[in-house]
Amino acid sequence: MFVGFLYELRRRKVPVGAQEAVALARALEAGLHDSSLDGFYEVARALLVHNEAHLDAFDQAFLAHFKGVQDQGDALLEELLDWLEEAEAKDVGERSPEEEAALLALGPEALRELFTARMQQQERRRQQQDNGTGEEAQEGPGRGTRPEGAERADGGRRGAMKTADARLYRGYRDDRVLDTRSLAVALRKLRAFQREGAFDELDLEGTIDATARNAGELEVILRPPRKPSTRVLLLMDVGGSMTPHAHLVNRLFSAARKATHFRELRTHYFHNCVYGRVYRTEGFGEPVTVQELLADCGPHWKLVLVGDALMAPYELMLRSGAHGRYTPDGVEGIVWMMQLAQHFERSAWLNPEPPASWWSPTIRTLRSVFPMFPLTVEGLGEAVGHLTRGGVRKGKGPTVSR
Amino acid sequence: MTDRFRRFTGTDRYLTSPALQAAVNCALALERPLLVKGEPGTGKTLLAEAIAGALGTKLLTWNVKSTTRAQDGLYVYDTVQRLYDSRFGDGDVRDIRRYIRFGPLGEAFRSPERVVLLIDEVDKADLEFPNDLLHELDRMRFRILETDEEVQAQARPVVVVTSNNEKELPDAFLRRCVFHFIDFPDRELMQRIVRVHHPKLDEALAQQALDVFYQLRDMTRLRKRPSTSELVDWLAVLKSAGVQDLKLDETLPFVGALLKREQDLLVFHESLAAGRRPRA
Repeated sequence: MFVGFLYELRRRKVPVGAQEAVALARALEAGLHDSSLDGFYEVARALLVHNEAHLDAFDQAFLAHFKGVQDQGDALLEELLDWLEEAEAKDVGERSPEEEAALLALGPEALRELFTARMQQQERRRQQQDNGTGEEAQEGPGRGTRPEGAERADGGRRGAMKTADARLYRGYRDDRVLDTRSLAVALRKLRAFQREGAFDELDLEGTIDATARNAGELEVILRPPRKPSTRVLLLMDVGGSMTPHAHLVNRLFSAARKATHFRELRTHYFHNCVYGRVYRTEGFGEPVTVQELLADCGPHWKLVLVGDALMAPYELMLRSGAHGRYTPDGVEGIVWMMQLAQHFERSAWLNPEPPASWWSPTIRTLRSVFPMFPLTVEGLGEAVGHLTRGGVRKGKGPTVSR
Repeated sequence: MTDRFRRFTGTDRYLTSPALQAAVNCALALERPLLVKGEPGTGKTLLAEAIAGALGTKLLTWNVKSTTRAQDGLYVYDTVQRLYDSRFGDGDVRDIRRYIRFGPLGEAFRSPERVVLLIDEVDKADLEFPNDLLHELDRMRFRILETDEEVQAQARPVVVVTSNNEKELPDAFLRRCVFHFIDFPDRELMQRIVRVHHPKLDEALAQQALDVFYQLRDMTRLRKRPSTSELVDWLAVLKSAGVQDLKLDETLPFVGALLKREQDLLVFHESLAAGRRPRA
């Protein structure tokens, strides 16, 4: 039964449940898999996997679970042939009832033919599989001249084991670091709408209501259209330990810039920690003080910080004044950060460092101020989910498993 | 339980892989929607046409847009028309049924024989859109609130849903679908596809075009890699322009048919001008 396989899939985080199991059972009952392992692979994949991100895990699980099944099948065939030979060699009286029955039902020749035909079939299938992967690289123009039928028979079909082993879908896993498009997809969830502006959309309900009140005399009611209402403030850590991540952060930045569903997007830069002010340009030009920033951006703005939060611990404790210069009676860096966290209703920190390294003291400290998420497709999705959730929650974000 | 339905094996204009056939047949046998994903231009939409062709049924298409609501697919109660008629018009405004306009899903349910319903680019709509369709696709029935009538599918339509992955689809929706991810065709399948679309194309030119095409696809810096439909279009252009000989260099004819983005064209010229071979 395939139930063991389902648990193998679950172990690899492919979400399958009773619904999938029942669907697969029905498909097998209907004979959709043609009683072959290849057929089972295709059918199971269509029914158990719902997202291309899970295709790779499915292939791996399939390999792990069904490796050896094919060899077992061959061994079984071998045994059958031996058995047939032995049965034939025996005299009539010595044969067991089953042997006698088998020989009588089909005749020894027919039986042998059946077996060998099956054998060859299997062998042919194996060869096709080998061709399927081996020839791709060195195909010459000659192949095109083959007759249509032959082409079909040896092309197209790859053995299930071969396909699974090739792991063609590795690129679609979603725990990989992200590209611009998947980032944009993740960011899209941040959108929200509000009605405002000119009254130029027909309010159907309102019109009906007003017309009815007007004793059937038509009265048209208009309302303002829906417009995006999300405002995002993006603060990015640049330079120093962030340099290796520059590529990744740039992609996030371009995805955010391209997103058309934000009412407003402001981007500012800082280095390691915010000291009284942030900068409009990557080269730390055009400073904006935190006070100005907070005055401009209301609490309903979504604050997104991007940084590795790695620095010398003292840097969190450096005191600075409102203009970013060191003063002994200034405010510590971490306090500036806390001011930001307190001002905004929703904030999230995206960290390009893998969560396994989040034990470092400065990361731990900043995690207690901002909910922190890894800068991957998954992490960004979680962060966006956190940013859009209703109600106000501060402090530590959802814990990330190490 | 044996074959109660005709198996789908593709058509002479639409070639399929065993995996795709298995997925389509699962959807047919289990009467579940088939969700098709894949790179743009790999024939997701054409699949529905092919299924309709193979089954010999009508195809209804529901093109989803960003403003589409689930209700639009079922029916729309044309209140404005009714209001208008009540004031200025003629005819009987008491009969609400005259003002119910059925959407593609409603039409598919009402059709006396089985149809193929294509819900194209479901990801264009709002995030909640697929969830709003769950019940209707499951039970294949819905109620018209205005007239309190129930529309029930007389023959369960074959539903094909395509997605370009712009939005994640909700889990509850995914669970009800048979899923297939259309791979980018390998060279052999591509050759057959090309032959189906351009049967009279010179074999040598086709080979050269495929060479160039796969080399282009392997250029890692491209933002939008050319896909099947672009290749087929490009070959059509080459054929009508009478091009005889092709190789990947800066003078590649009609490269605009393959690369649609300005940046990609820049990348293309840059990497070839520098004398570097594209990364294989």
